[in-house]
Amino acid sequence: MKLLVKGGLVVDPASNTETTADILVEDGRIAEVGIDLSAKGATVIDADGAVVAPGFVDLHVHLREPGREDEETIETGSRAAAAGGFTCIVAMPNTDPVCDNASVAEKVASRGRMVGLTDVIPAGSLTKDLEGKHMSPIAEMVRSSARVRMFTDDGKGVADSRLLRRAMEYIRGFDGVCAEHCEDASLSEGGQMNEGEFSDLLGLKGIPAEAEEVALSRDLALARLTGVRFHALHVSTAGSVELIRAAKKAGVRVTAEAAPHHIGLTDSELLSFDPVFKVNPPLRSQADVEAVKAGLADGTIDAIATDHAPHSPEEKEAEFELAPSGMLGLETALAVAITELVKPGVIPLRKLVELMSVAPARIIDSPEQGGPIAAGSAANLVVFDPTAEWTVEPEQMRSMSRNTPWAGRTLTGRIIATIYKGAVTFESGKVLEEVVS
Amino acid sequence: MIKHLLSIDQLSVAQIEEVLRIAESFREVGTRRIKKVPTLRGRTVCNLFFEPSTRTRISFEIAAKRLSADVINFTADSRTSVSKGESFKDTALTLQAMGMDAIVIRHSSSGAPQRLSKWVAASVINAGDGAHEHPTQALLDLYSIRERFPSFEGLRIAIVGDVLHSRVARSNIKAFTKMGAQVTVVGPPTLIPASAESWGADVSWSLDEVLPKLDVVYLLRVQKERQNEQLFPTIREYASVWGMDRRRAEQLKPEALIMHPGPINRGVEIGSDLADLSRSIITDQVTNGIAVRMSLLYLMLGEGSEEGS
Repeated sequence: MKLLVKGGLVVDPASNTETTADILVEDGRIAEVGIDLSAKGATVIDADGAVVAPGFVDLHVHLREPGREDEETIETGSRAAAAGGFTCIVAMPNTDPVCDNASVAEKVASRGRMVGLTDVIPAGSLTKDLEGKHMSPIAEMVRSSARVRMFTDDGKGVADSRLLRRAMEYIRGFDGVCAEHCEDASLSEGGQMNEGEFSDLLGLKGIPAEAEEVALSRDLALARLTGVRFHALHVSTAGSVELIRAAKKAGVRVTAEAAPHHIGLTDSELLSFDPVFKVNPPLRSQADVEAVKAGLADGTIDAIATDHAPHSPEEKEAEFELAPSGMLGLETALAVAITELVKPGVIPLRKLVELMSVAPARIIDSPEQGGPIAAGSAANLVVFDPTAEWTVEPEQMRSMSRNTPWAGRTLTGRIIATIYKGAVTFESGKVLEEVVS
Repeated sequence: MIKHLLSIDQLSVAQIEEVLRIAESFREVGTRRIKKVPTLRGRTVCNLFFEPSTRTRISFEIAAKRLSADVINFTADSRTSVSKGESFKDTALTLQAMGMDAIVIRHSSSGAPQRLSKWVAASVINAGDGAHEHPTQALLDLYSIRERFPSFEGLRIAIVGDVLHSRVARSNIKAFTKMGAQVTVVGPPTLIPASAESWGADVSWSLDEVLPKLDVVYLLRVQKERQNEQLFPTIREYASVWGMDRRRAEQLKPEALIMHPGPINRGVEIGSDLADLSRSIITDQVTNGIAVRMSLLYLMLGEGSEEGS
């Protein structure tokens, strides 16, 4: 199967390229990059006026399978990923059963391969059953066919500092990544939204920024102690950005991600009392949003990751305090990033590609992702129009769930096509059902 | 008049004045031998209470019955509603299908009335939601102050106690300042929201300092459970520093009033003998609550409303 991506602006930080070119794809790999390549025998994707970049990598996705297949499955989540321009997603371990052993990890990875729309890399839990008491069999997961690289108890932090220290030391032995959901649960207990003027006004219990910052401070100290590769999940506060900036300066091996909703929405959204805006860490203040954006621009925060968290309508339509936290992200990530970062000139396009592809591919150790766009590389590509405007309609989502906070909003930046291992997984509004392997 | 009453923010000064003026005439109905007028005959009001409440529910029930409306009481426990069966939204749609004209809702979750108003055609009246608002309490408190002071302008009112968890405080601070009074919130720093000053209120941590200047001291209920949340060491210590006792009452101006939304914790926020002083108008608040709620139901559902015309 031959594919020609014609006339796009190729933005490829890995090869330091930002120029108009054609890309010829053959047998799952890039055959040639050049000007006016012959289209003979190839399916052509017209990328005139569009950007072609290495496929996006999302370090933070909840696929809900196994356990809550009524909210999302590996298949529907993969479709949503393809529609969002992703060719690699990392599945968080808080499923039922928890991904705390090789057999669950291998099941998730093999379902991902069977669906075949994107790489699905399971993250393993740090502790058995996410209980924060005993270390999960980390080596077993590393050595499994799922080749787990990232370990986290995402959804909550590890409260026991000694256990976290030991897990970090142990993970270091496999050069894995220890990722933490930084939250001091005693400070956030019962919290519904960011603590601040809006929580005071609405009478909803607040989660102070310090609940994140206290936990992150400890984690950075332990990362320094153990020398592990430490990754801070969904950084949401100005103080956290400052802590990571200082830790990087001091030589701690730390990377960090930020979610689109933490750069595009503030806690003032909660005035509607609509649980679609309930998320953890919560939507923060305008000052926090500005600090996270600045952190993305100056390299303090390495990656944009969605924290895609599908929830059923009946759960999200409950009273605010009973509704679960989390919101969809895969299908709107690029558009939010362009609308909030590229369009207002906070970062150039090239930086966007670094944040959504190059850096996360490096963090998850995936050599087939993140470019370079050059002959011989795996053909994992995204084609997008950085200027097209569209209005988000929940009913159009490929995800099984509908809990998008962007419903009805007009965003800039639209995916034209996604190419995974040389096959088109998404093109002009539909995900291809059959993928030639 | 407005379609729903979710927050005191929705009412203009003129609308508040109208509620108070009409309440005046309904106050008289409560003193008659036959305490009933035909104003809302044929209209149905549902008291939808997801949180235990006796006082507010009975007050709304009497108000609606004195206006000749049919009253349905629906009591459920919000903590079990989801696990035990019907969801909040389905409950709302069921009541909608039964043709309610007004739904009076009390819920432990902030924002529940706002959500309900999106799903039903009936008028929604907030009878207290979480720590958010309790607008009819604010209206009846305004009415009760108005009985003793001709004007709100420049009145000095202290709201004392657990402001952080109090829906009464949120509605009353807005209502009192809107009508021109000067509000100070008083309590330990753990119970005063950090942004209280942005609501237009002054903040003090000392009740003794503010007492001599006050026209009204408004005491909030302090739940004993708060000591388990490390918000103050003991209920005794709270009472000794922020409780209204006889010694403190002597510091008040002669005409100053003591108010409380009830139910009172005698010996905690108010000394056991103080609740019965003439300056304490706690029972007047209860009586006035019925008249004010009648006024509101009349304005929202009766001839003067869009619904009724």
